[in-house]
Amino acid sequence: MSDIAERVKKIVVEHLGVDEDKVVETASFIDDLGADSLDQVELVMAFEEEFGVEIPDSAAEKIQTVKDAISFIQENVA
Amino acid sequence: MFDLSGKAALVTGASGGIGAAIARALHGAGAKVGLSGRKVEALESLAAELGGERVAVLPGELGDAAEVEALAEKAESALGQVDILVNNAGLTRDMLFMRLSDEMWDEVIAVNLTGAFRLTRAVSRGMMRRRYGRIISVTSVVGTMGNAGQANYAASKAGLVGMTKSLAQEIATRNVTVNCVAPGFIATAMTDVLNDKIKEATLAKIPANRFGKPEDVAAAVAFLASGEAGYITGQTLHVNGGMAMI
Repeated sequence: MSDIAERVKKIVVEHLGVDEDKVVETASFIDDLGADSLDQVELVMAFEEEFGVEIPDSAAEKIQTVKDAISFIQENVA
Repeated sequence: MFDLSGKAALVTGASGGIGAAIARALHGAGAKVGLSGRKVEALESLAAELGGERVAVLPGELGDAAEVEALAEKAESALGQVDILVNNAGLTRDMLFMRLSDEMWDEVIAVNLTGAFRLTRAVSRGMMRRRYGRIISVTSVVGTMGNAGQANYAASKAGLVGMTKSLAQEIATRNVTVNCVAPGFIATAMTDVLNDKIKEATLAKIPANRFGKPEDVAAAVAFLASGEAGYITGQTLHVNGGMAMI
């Protein structure tokens, strides 16, 4: 499962161009990592691609922090 | 004119007069060009004319959602990526408003507007990821001015303008520009069907005193597709010999 966390963090680091040590599980994409709404959409699309999972809009709205993303993927990836 | 070497362009409606001229202009500027359209033979002969180098024939029906998705994928695999998208495909089903059927309305909106929406959505994703893109939709002067007998067509073209301005605002930070080129009266098969009386009346309203050529439109598209046009977004460039000054 930590594998999922690592992959999520890697995508966030690459996409937002932020330092790896800032990407802690409690970090909020918008408040702590400087993402805008478009970044959020792009991150969700990147997660979908990486994990082969579909993230419906209703769930995507709730993915505010790194931990939210990791939890959603852990629960929804077979 | 402008150097598009190393860039890949997808042009819809490339079997038509304006589409073919756009494909020639982009190809002539050095781009790799994907030719999409419904008339496979016309696309193949255009590809042959372009020498078969840096060119791919990608037939597709824009009125069909699945085909549009498939077209985006085919284009990306044939061209490597899509840096320039030209939404040029369009059709007319002219009729006075009171006699305009649901079918005539739906068909025009489906191809001209919904098809462009779906293709743009599919292709813009890669552009955003690569932080570079040029999206150009060919609209029409009638989208701004209206035209008796073309409520469906005019609505579809005005719709593209609204879509363009909205998307331009959303993705400007990703270095992707989104613009329209609005031809006036261009001499093509689409306008050739109009009767002489209408043509004469139209010509009288064109200060340049001639109908446009497909190449006139293609030059505007090539400009907006260039790196030099990177600070232009959400705009409509009118190419109409002065027939409407907006």
